[in-house]
Amino acid sequence: MLKIQNLHASVEGEEILKGINLEINPGEVHAIMGPNGSGKSTLASVIAGNEDFEVTQGDIIFEKANISELSPEERAHRGIFLSFQYPVEIPGVSVTNFIKTSINQVRKARGEKDMPANEMLKKIREKSALLDMDRKFLSRSLNEGFSGGEKKRNEIFQMAMLEPKLAILDETDSGLDIDALRIVSDGVNRLKTKDNATLVITHYQRLLDYVVPDVVHVLLDGKIVKSGDKELAKELEERGYDWLKAEQVNA
Amino acid sequence: MKLKDKLMSSYLAFEEQVDIDHDIHQVRDEAIKFFETTGFPTKKLEAWKYTSLNSILKEDYSIFPKKEDAIDYKDIKKYLIHDIDTYTIVFVDGIYSSHLSRTTHDKLDACLMSSALNKPKYKPVVDKYFNKIAPKESMVALNTAFANEGAYIRIPKNVAAEKPIQILNFSTGNESALMIQPRNLIIAEEGAQVQIIERHQSLTENPVLTNSVTEVFVEKNANVDYYKIQNDKTSASLIDNTYIKQSRDSVCSMHTFSFGGKITRNNLNFYQHGENINSILKGVTILEGKQHVDHNTLVHHTQPNCESHQDYKGIFSDKSVGVFNGNVYVDRIAQKTDAFQSNNNIIIDDTATCNSKPQLEIFADDVKCSHGCTIGQLDNEALYYLRSRGIPKKEARALLMFAFANNVLDSVKIPEIKKRITKQIALKLGVELGFNL
Ligand SMILES: Nc1ncnc2c1ncn2[C@@H]1O[C@H](COP(=O)(O)OP(=O)(O)OP(=O)(O)O)[C@@H](O)[C@H]1O
Ligand SMILES: [Mg+2]
Repeated sequence: MLKIQNLHASVEGEEILKGINLEINPGEVHAIMGPNGSGKSTLASVIAGNEDFEVTQGDIIFEKANISELSPEERAHRGIFLSFQYPVEIPGVSVTNFIKTSINQVRKARGEKDMPANEMLKKIREKSALLDMDRKFLSRSLNEGFSGGEKKRNEIFQMAMLEPKLAILDETDSGLDIDALRIVSDGVNRLKTKDNATLVITHYQRLLDYVVPDVVHVLLDGKIVKSGDKELAKELEERGYDWLKAEQVNA
Repeated sequence: MKLKDKLMSSYLAFEEQVDIDHDIHQVRDEAIKFFETTGFPTKKLEAWKYTSLNSILKEDYSIFPKKEDAIDYKDIKKYLIHDIDTYTIVFVDGIYSSHLSRTTHDKLDACLMSSALNKPKYKPVVDKYFNKIAPKESMVALNTAFANEGAYIRIPKNVAAEKPIQILNFSTGNESALMIQPRNLIIAEEGAQVQIIERHQSLTENPVLTNSVTEVFVEKNANVDYYKIQNDKTSASLIDNTYIKQSRDSVCSMHTFSFGGKITRNNLNFYQHGENINSILKGVTILEGKQHVDHNTLVHHTQPNCESHQDYKGIFSDKSVGVFNGNVYVDRIAQKTDAFQSNNNIIIDDTATCNSKPQLEIFADDVKCSHGCTIGQLDNEALYYLRSRGIPKKEARALLMFAFANNVLDSVKIPEIKKRITKQIALKLGVELGFNL
C-alpha cells in the first residue's frame, strides 16, 4: 500500500529525514518509535504532504502511484489520514461543519455526490458514540479550548468519519487518560480491516498493548535503524535508545 | 469649476426652490457658510489621515438631477431584501420614488424627510430633533445646507414596528456624474422597537458621490437594530455620517457590511445620555481591487453603568485599503462602564494595506475597558490542517475567512440578512460552500 524509498526531507535547509525506507501492506499495523527530535512527526508530515518540508530525494508510493508531488488535500482524497500530534485550533468552525465539509469535499474529489444529510447525521452519531464523545463537542469550535485528550479523541473521530486507507497516528496516545486510551484504541481497532493500514507513532508500549503492531521500527536521527516485531517495543521500553545509538556509532 | 465652487453656486439656485422663511432655512444658511470656510476634509486632519477624497472630488457632479427616472421594480429587486415583508422608502437619483416605495403612517411614520420638513404637523418633532446631534463638520454641514430629502421614520411610544424598514438610494447614471445628499431622521420613542436596513446602490458605472447624514434618536428603553449594506459599484463612493443619541435603558446596534464601492467612509457616532445603555457596533469589510473603506467610530460614555461593544473584521486583498479608527470616550462620572473594542484584519496580499488605530480616552477609574487590534495573515497551520482533511486550498482559505467573520454575523437578528451576507461573503471569496454559519 505504502512504499517509501530512500526518502530525504529537509526544513529550512536542514536535513531531517536521511534516507527512510518503509513498506506497509494492507491490513498491517506498523509502529514507529524513537527519541524526541528523531524525525517521527516529520515523516508523518511528509507523507501527509505538509509543504513546509522539502523532499530532496526519494519517493513516496501510495497504491502504486507516486504521490510525492501531490498536495495535502489530494493525498487526503486518496485515503491518507494524519492524526496530528498537535491538532490545530480553529475558532469559528464547528466540529460538525468541519467534518461535513471535509467528507463532502473528499466525495466531490472522487466524483461522488454530497452525502445525504440524514446519512451524515447518522454517521456522526454512530462514530461519536464509538468514541464516547460528548454531543456538545460537536457544536463547539474545532479544537478551541479542547483539553489535550479531547483533541486526540476528536482526531480519531475524524478518522472514523473519513475511513482512510492509511491512518497515521502521531502520538495519539499522549495526553489520553487510561480510560480514554482504551476507548480510542478500541475505536482504532474496530476501524481496522484487511484493506486498510495503520502507522502508529508512539513513545509508549502501553498503546501497543491495545493496538498490536505487526512491525515496529526505530527511527534515530532521520533513519530507520532497526525493525522488528512487537517484542522490539518491549525491549525499547526496558533498555531505552542508548544501545541502538551505540550500535549506530559502531557500525 | 471646482466642486466646492459649484456647490456654493448651486446653493443659491437651491434657495430658489425652497421656502426661505422656514426656520430650517437659517440652519441651512449657517451650514453652507461653515462649509465655505472649512471646505472638504483633507489628509492633514488627523481624522482623515488615511483617506483622501481627492480622487472623487475631481468629477463634475450634477448637484440637482433632472427628474425621477422610470426604473422598474425588476431592475432593483435584487438589491432589496424582497423575501420578507418590509416597508421600503426608495429614492432614485435622490428623488423619492412613490411607485417603488411602500411607506406608512399607520401606527408609525415611515415616510419622507421632505414632508417632515415642510408639513406643519411634523414641525414639533422636526424642531425637537432635526440637526440636533449632527456636529459642525464640513461634510455634515454640506449635507445640512442641501438637506431636503431622505427617510423620516418615527416609531411612537411603545410601538414595535412589525416589519423592518428599508431605505434605498439608487442612482441611475442618467447624469454623467451625480452627487446626492440624503438626509435621514429616525426617532424611536420611549419603548419603541425598529429594524432598519440601509443601502446605497448605483445601477451604472457612472461616478456617484453620496454624502449622507442620518440622525437616530433612541429614547428611553427603545431598541434600534440597524444594518448598513455597502456593496456598491467601484465607481460609487459614500461618505456616511451617522449620529446616534441613546437615552437610558436603550439598546442600539449597528452592523455595517462593506463589500464594495470605491471610497467608503463611515463616520459612526454613538452618544450615550443616560444609564444602562448598550451600544453595539459591528462590521465586516471584505475588499479587493483598489477599494477603500474607512471606519471612524465613536462611542461617548457620559453616564455610569453603560456598555459598548465594537467588533470589526476586515479581509483585504489586491491593493485595497482598510482603515479603522475607533474612539471611545469615558467621562469622569461614567463609572462601571464596560467598553469593549476589537478590530481584527487579515491581509491576503502584501499589496493591501490596513491601518488600525484604537483611541481610548478614559477619565473614570472604575471601568472595564478592553481593546485589541490585529493585522495578520491567514493561519498557515490551520490551512494545512484543513487541507489534510481533504478540503482544497481555496475552500480551506474561504472556510477560515468565513470563520473569521463568523461572530460578527452571529448577532444579525434578521435571518434573511444573515443568509444574504453569508452568500455575499462566499461570492466575494469566490467559493460555493455548502456551509451554513
Ligand atoms: N518547521 C520546522 N522548522 C525547523 N525545524 C523543524 C521544523 N519541524 C521540525 N523541525 C526539527 O526537526 C527535527 C525532528 O522533529 P520531529 O517533530 O519530526 O521530531 P519527533 O521525532 O516527532 O519528536 P517528538 O518525539 O518530540 O515528537 C527536530 O530537531 C525539530 O526541531
Ligand atoms: Mg513528534
